[in-house]
Amino acid sequence: MSATIISLPDQSTARIPKTNFITKENGLLSWLLTGDHKRIAILYLISITFFFFIGGALAGLIRLELLTPQSDLMATDTYNKVFTMHGVVMIFLFLVPSVPATLGNFFIPMMIGAKDLALPKINLLSWYLYVVGGILVIYTMASGGVDTGWTFTTPLSTHYINTNVMSTGMAVFIAGFSSIFTGLNFIVTLHKMRCPGMTWFRLPLFCWAHYAASILMVLGTPVLAIAIVLLALERTIGIGVFDPTKGGDPLLFQHLFWFYSHPAVYIMILPGMGVISETVSTFSRKRVFGYTAVAFSSVAIAVFGFFVWAHHMFIMGISNYAMLVFSLLTMLVAVPSAIKIFNWTFTLYKGSITFETPMLYSFGFMGLFTIGGMTGVFLGSSGTDIHLTETYFIVAHFHFVMVGGMLMAFLAGIHFWWPKMTGRMYPEKISQLAAVVTFIGFNLTFFPQFILGTLGMPRRYAAYPPEFQILNVFSTAGATVLGVGYLMPVLYLVWSLKYGAIAGDNPWQATGLEWQTQSPPLTENFLVTPIMDHEAYDYEWLEKQQAKEVASVG
Amino acid sequence: MSDSPAIVHGAPTEAGHSHGEHPAYQRHHFETVEQQADATNFAMWLFLLTEVMFFGGLFCAYLIYRNWYYPAFVSASHQLDVRWGTANTFALIFSSFTMAMGVWCAEMKKKGGLVLCLSLTFLLGMVFLGIKTIEYHEKWEKHHIPGIRYSMQSFLNPASDEAAAAYGDKPLPLDMARHTEIYFFLYFAMTGMHALHMIIGIAILGYMIIRARAGAYTTGHVTFVENFGLYWHFVDIIWIYLFALLYLISRHP
Repeated sequence: MSATIISLPDQSTARIPKTNFITKENGLLSWLLTGDHKRIAILYLISITFFFFIGGALAGLIRLELLTPQSDLMATDTYNKVFTMHGVVMIFLFLVPSVPATLGNFFIPMMIGAKDLALPKINLLSWYLYVVGGILVIYTMASGGVDTGWTFTTPLSTHYINTNVMSTGMAVFIAGFSSIFTGLNFIVTLHKMRCPGMTWFRLPLFCWAHYAASILMVLGTPVLAIAIVLLALERTIGIGVFDPTKGGDPLLFQHLFWFYSHPAVYIMILPGMGVISETVSTFSRKRVFGYTAVAFSSVAIAVFGFFVWAHHMFIMGISNYAMLVFSLLTMLVAVPSAIKIFNWTFTLYKGSITFETPMLYSFGFMGLFTIGGMTGVFLGSSGTDIHLTETYFIVAHFHFVMVGGMLMAFLAGIHFWWPKMTGRMYPEKISQLAAVVTFIGFNLTFFPQFILGTLGMPRRYAAYPPEFQILNVFSTAGATVLGVGYLMPVLYLVWSLKYGAIAGDNPWQATGLEWQTQSPPLTENFLVTPIMDHEAYDYEWLEKQQAKEVASVG
Repeated sequence: MSDSPAIVHGAPTEAGHSHGEHPAYQRHHFETVEQQADATNFAMWLFLLTEVMFFGGLFCAYLIYRNWYYPAFVSASHQLDVRWGTANTFALIFSSFTMAMGVWCAEMKKKGGLVLCLSLTFLLGMVFLGIKTIEYHEKWEKHHIPGIRYSMQSFLNPASDEAAAAYGDKPLPLDMARHTEIYFFLYFAMTGMHALHMIIGIAILGYMIIRARAGAYTTGHVTFVENFGLYWHFVDIIWIYLFALLYLISRHP
């Protein structure tokens, strides 16, 4: 019994196919003006990695400052700017576009047997909007930063602060449209571009998850856009909508803001869940247990996600009845999330599990996301929330979901599809090590923060009482390990571009259509439009295909 | 490696794939023209959905403040001239008609008709913006633009104001009169955002007229005209809501 499912072609004769989407055209302009979804995905991958490391460096500064109880590394207002920029960069420039704009962009058309997304020019436009948003964020940082927190809470952001709220707001506004166009493109593509035989219930669950996330992008982001426009008008000409002295209501801003920003966390996590469905099935050689339930749980998360936003505002002065209703609705989201976790677990049950890197990251996701989700229930019930909100408990909670969940899923996906994207394998041993290092570093960083939060350490302060120092030192030490865990993939993945083993078409013996074509794929993805004549995750179909091939070639 | 009937390996031929049997306007990644038209049409509807959500934020703010400060909203709405508003509503409804006729002309491949219809739509759009400018100017003269120049005179002392007097408005207490500023802000934000959409629409119309004169949309490929028509009707219907919400607050039996 082998401990791996990797099957690579004979390395002495294997070659990367001469014609593929990378070699098709040369020159910088052929990339910057491309309509090819795969090239745009690569552009996105490079740019989000860049911003991830900017955001990561800011996180490093935060942890360094918190190593000691006094605010000694930087002034307190600098600290405010650092954590604000960390939030803005990580959320709007990394987490929101991370999986959809890279892996989704690259693989949704391939999974459904299409040549491209429905609107290639809009796709390119969305990358340019992202870049403009990114440049504005860099401008903000270079010209003194902003210190409202990523939530732009009024009236702080409109009346009391003299930093670059406008340029940050504009960056978020523009990056938001990039996200709208990506989501719109996915929905149209999934509706109209599926190849013959690809029914909705034959779609890989990755596509279902992206469909659900796209609904959130399309319906939620415009509300953020109008909230930012109103904020900008309030700040520049004092229109009064959020100004209590003129009869406005600052809470209205929070309602509008969280109406997007709560669904936004599902925009961030749903595509990650899609990745996990693919890897869990592939590395346990089984169809995902309860396919339909997993597919609909994505949609259910998207729908419920729109009706829970006010749980961010329990201490902001909303009525008791609103608290009751939103608390109850928040609990509802736990149901589809649990459906996913349980179904993945059942998929593993009696599967032939192997432990390649994507699977290790996926296990990391499942464990950490579960903890993140369960602590979300503490915060969703209004009683405990009043004690825990605005403490490190909430910081730990959303980092477990966003970093422990989404980032793990992103890395799982990047490793899983790397051979398809580049035609070369990443080095297995060192990447397994990286997965483990990330997992350890992550827990060391964020687990102590749960304890700090329950003990009452508030978030967003540069200084804290000395009795909290030990746990903060743990957390900072963990952040260092985590940093190493994130640097490793960058190094060995770049290395593998030249020295990695030739992957062949289907190194994992996976069933998705994207694996049944050459790696890296052609610009048109498939020479002939594929016909889907089997269910998703049908490993018997794959075996028959291979048997046929041996019979005809051998 | 695997080689199912559906999946073929190797490099494509030099030509990639032949455009021979397709019309020139079919993009390479679509299988058929119908699929292309279907997909772009669907995308336009989705885009309009995002627009609904975008305006939805403003409508939501309007709803809340109108409930809280109803008397202020009524008095402030009396400062708008219903006649101008009605004229604008008719201009837009008529422009929607000419736009719909334009789409029909494009489908019927009537080039002259298309250019005429688009030009009429363009003209009616300009009429709308012209009237809007007159209205905005009035607000400027009466210091009803929110900001430091804002004046509550018309609401504290309605007898001094022609429009308010015509409606027989009673003076508002200072506390309520202050909130007229929120009404006017919402008025400018909503109609301004709408006018911005009009300006974008008119610019696209100008581009389309030039292209239509060169015979671009009368070859059987009408998707662009159709989708623009959807956008134009959407902008139109937003105005119809704005008209009712901003001008007609107190005008019900």
